[in-house]
Amino acid sequence: MIEAPPEEPRELNAALDFVRVELVSRGFETRHGRVQALAGMSLHAAPREVVAVVGPSGCGKSTLLELICKLQKPDAGTIEAGPAALMPQRDLLLPWLSAIDNAALALRARGISRVQARSIAAPWLERFGLARFEHTRPAELSGGMRQRVSFLRTLLAGKPVLALDEPFAALDAITRQEMQGWLGHVLESEPRTVILVTHDVEEAVMLGDRVVVMSPRPGHTVSEIEVPLTRPRKRTDPAVVDLRERALTALGVQA
Amino acid sequence: MSAGRRAIPALLLLLGLIAIWELYVEVKGSSFSTAILPAPHQVASALYDDRALLWSNFLVTAKEVLLGILLAAVLGAILSVAIHFSPTLRRAVYPLTVASQAVPVPILAPVLAFWLGFGLLPKLMVVALVSFFSVVVTTTAGLAAVDPDLVKLMRTFDASRLRTFRHIELPSALPGVFAGAKIAVAVSVIGAVLAEYMGSNSGLGYVILVSEPQLLVARAVAAVVILSLFAIALFALLGLIERLALPWVYRSPAEQAT
Repeated sequence: MIEAPPEEPRELNAALDFVRVELVSRGFETRHGRVQALAGMSLHAAPREVVAVVGPSGCGKSTLLELICKLQKPDAGTIEAGPAALMPQRDLLLPWLSAIDNAALALRARGISRVQARSIAAPWLERFGLARFEHTRPAELSGGMRQRVSFLRTLLAGKPVLALDEPFAALDAITRQEMQGWLGHVLESEPRTVILVTHDVEEAVMLGDRVVVMSPRPGHTVSEIEVPLTRPRKRTDPAVVDLRERALTALGVQA
Repeated sequence: MSAGRRAIPALLLLLGLIAIWELYVEVKGSSFSTAILPAPHQVASALYDDRALLWSNFLVTAKEVLLGILLAAVLGAILSVAIHFSPTLRRAVYPLTVASQAVPVPILAPVLAFWLGFGLLPKLMVVALVSFFSVVVTTTAGLAAVDPDLVKLMRTFDASRLRTFRHIELPSALPGVFAGAKIAVAVSVIGAVLAEYMGSNSGLGYVILVSEPQLLVARAVAAVVILSLFAIALFALLGLIERLALPWVYRSPAEQAT
């Protein structure tokens, strides 16, 4: 059998690493009638831009990511996006696979042999501080390590666009802050076009180049806030605090 | 706690029940114990006296049960996968699978004996048939319980339907196959015995069948004791194989504490 050539995540198609969502609407039929998740939602991400999307619960953020990942089709509006890989909210690691085989799942999904997939994933585990846990199953990994493996799995899919769905929402506060710092660091060395959905305004300001604030359902963009700050950012930086307050105000939260 | 200490409550309960049984038969008198229900000490001596006969017939029944469950696990897993992929097939096959469980073995066994003779094959078919249903139900449930988000994730990784099945759904279904086989242990032993009743010249079911009219009730009960012990052993064996084959399903208490 001829194996597909190993694809390093670096080799990305530069022409396809943007996201443009124009006036997209999407609704669902449920038992309780029709639910309009998105109505006239627009968003764009330039190549290698990190766009953080914040909004109240149930404002259609996950629907937005699934539309960008082409898992759903919009009812109206247009979506242009490069190939996107999803990082789900729960880590969804496979309990029967070791950390390295979980990280290499996207490679295996493309038909790359186990040996080759592992040899591609191994140096990444080392970079992510997981080398010692290569052969450890998810049940024995900490929450932070599980999210790192989950992120690596999405990264190794080799897609120019990463769709991160509240990646740290399930972690405790301390681990979450650590992981936010870690992700900022990774995106510095491995820049990608990222749509980061979160309900944590501070996370959005810490990680995003731009923060898109969504309305309650039916979701659409109510405000866009540029984050003209270099990384690494400090939570206590007055500029960060100020942007956080602006985002909260846009969300309608009174300080 | 060691396995030995964990077994103490079960052993005490068993000893208590045997003592009550012994007393009950003692009170009822000797005509009761030779024709209806022998005392435990009579069963014990039958186990010893007839050990050669019981052992050789046990091997026959054990073979029927083991191969029958294996057949049920393989066929059940294959049907579950087919049902998982085709809702039409599910609608067509599922009611018939349920109906097959309602067919009493005494009705079915003579027909199978007529077609397949008095050897191993008809017994294997009966055991497989009575075990099949629980395997299909638990495996189908395992396949249906696969997280839809995981399937979506695989789609964003450009995985084909077949690779998603291989990497996600198949491993998820395996615990169901074992669960079904474990549930099937008891019915499969009953199935083998009934199949032997209906047409055979060996096996513990046959021993029971010929012992009762000869008023060798103690020997018949001895055969039942062996069948019960076999069911326990088989259940434990399946658990052990599952532990070795699917170590992620079980976690030690120490790991769970973290």
